[in-house]
Amino acid sequence: MNKLTQELNTIDEIDAELLEKIADMLDKPAGAINIRKNGGCAARVSTEHIKIDSRTDGHEGIDIRILPGTKNETCHIPVVMTRNITDAVYNDFYIGEDCDVTIIAGCGIHNSGCGTSQHDGIHTFHIGKNSRVHYVEKHYGEGDGNGTNIMNPQTIVYLAEGSSIHMDTAQIGGIDSTKRYTRFECSDGAEAVVTERLLTHGTQSAHSDMDLVLNGVDSKGRVISRSVAKENSVQVFHPNVIGNNACFGHVQCDSIIMDQGRVESIPAVTANNTDAQLIHEAAIGKIAGDQLLKLMTLGLTEEEAEDRILKGFLA
Amino acid sequence: MLELKNLSYSVRNDDGTELPILNNINLTIEDNKLVVFTGPNGGGKTTLAKAIMGLIQPTSGEIFYDGINITHMSITERARLGISYGFQQPPRFKGMTVRNLLCIASGNANLPAQQCCAYLAQVGLCANDYLDREVDTSLSGGEVKRIEIATVLARKGSMMIYDEPEAGIDLWSFARLTETFAELHKKHESTMIIISHQERIIGLADEIIVVANGSIRHRGDKDAILPLILADTLADCAITKECSIK
Repeated sequence: MNKLTQELNTIDEIDAELLEKIADMLDKPAGAINIRKNGGCAARVSTEHIKIDSRTDGHEGIDIRILPGTKNETCHIPVVMTRNITDAVYNDFYIGEDCDVTIIAGCGIHNSGCGTSQHDGIHTFHIGKNSRVHYVEKHYGEGDGNGTNIMNPQTIVYLAEGSSIHMDTAQIGGIDSTKRYTRFECSDGAEAVVTERLLTHGTQSAHSDMDLVLNGVDSKGRVISRSVAKENSVQVFHPNVIGNNACFGHVQCDSIIMDQGRVESIPAVTANNTDAQLIHEAAIGKIAGDQLLKLMTLGLTEEEAEDRILKGFLA
Repeated sequence: MLELKNLSYSVRNDDGTELPILNNINLTIEDNKLVVFTGPNGGGKTTLAKAIMGLIQPTSGEIFYDGINITHMSITERARLGISYGFQQPPRFKGMTVRNLLCIASGNANLPAQQCCAYLAQVGLCANDYLDREVDTSLSGGEVKRIEIATVLARKGSMMIYDEPEAGIDLWSFARLTETFAELHKKHESTMIIISHQERIIGLADEIIVVANGSIRHRGDKDAILPLILADTLADCAITKECSIK
């Protein structure tokens, strides 16, 4: 039972279901919170070490300031939309030195009409020296009408010396169109690891561009992309790891296509320094027949087997 | 009890002619027996095993399991009747962990770690090292093969079919595996069909069935069959025989 509706009077049952799907929120989590609902603020909690304030530059959105030395704290900043609006939000994160924090974002749209709901979340991270950030975001859409759900997230991350970010981004269904842009800039000894998981179906389209720029000595970057394109959906991936110094970068794109789905995967590596070690690999294919047969010998039906394979692949 | 009646399987060549793979096989295997299928490469052993699991559909003939005609049953239905199968070349799964596979195999989504550990130990793998690893290309052929066998053990089926379980497995693990087969057989709870060329596995069998040219060439116990296999080794091919004499 989701307790959020009792704890926050601004949250109704539909919001609560969306928040559970995109941020695993079954009740009010500990730590800092900002819930954005239909373009407004439904809840905000700052803590001693994490301060959330509205922006003052005229843009919609918030500034999140995390004090140096903040360890093992979380910050939830999900967005829910249940009305047909276009919402462009600018959230800036200023993370001090020597922090170790988890930030959970995500956006859920419930579109029961015939109109368009669009959320463009533009996130910029400034990560201080030797800080570690785990950033998780899930994007999800639903609705019983013929409405269109659009999300165009942009994530820009600046990593200071010795800092790291592990970003898990997933689109778990129901988004008709997405254009994503993600960029990391790594200083000396910094590390960025991003795992992107995308599921598209129907006539949905997803386009993801990513630049992982390794500027610093001994900086590291890893891009892991897993995607499933079902029915008539189309996906395009273009991750690029750019090595400007002695660094290590790896891009791995794996896609499963089903029905009439189409995937274009263009992993790229760009070396501007002789000591840059960069690798890319990409694979696209349907579910292998021998995988289905194996799971059927374990007692699953063909449909169950397919479901388990996709679940594992996107887990 | 497993009964194969007049079982045949053929495929069509590119020129449209029929190529027989299995020819009118009649075979009965009693419950809880350990039977080894052996014989030359390309003789039809794997095809015969696949026909029992439903991985291929015979061209003619019938298969009965515990008196039920399973000839037209799906793989899933046969699996649910208790038939299990260890592939010679098991597939790999990106994103699926060893634990996930064992949970699916056992039919228990929350199979306790201790139980997973027991199945892995039976194939000589340490659960701590493997339970949360993905069954992907990061594992060696021998490791995947042993995990495959562990999934069959986790099925606890009344019939277990293993297609060349020894292939790709190192000597130490192979010794552990033969012990596992011997222990299972001693329990007398499952019928085991093992396709193998290994004398140590052949030595465990109640009965050895030599499959060659799509037919059952010989059947009997180890003492009766081993000399026949050796005699057959050079008997088939006049050219091989001639070369060997030179």
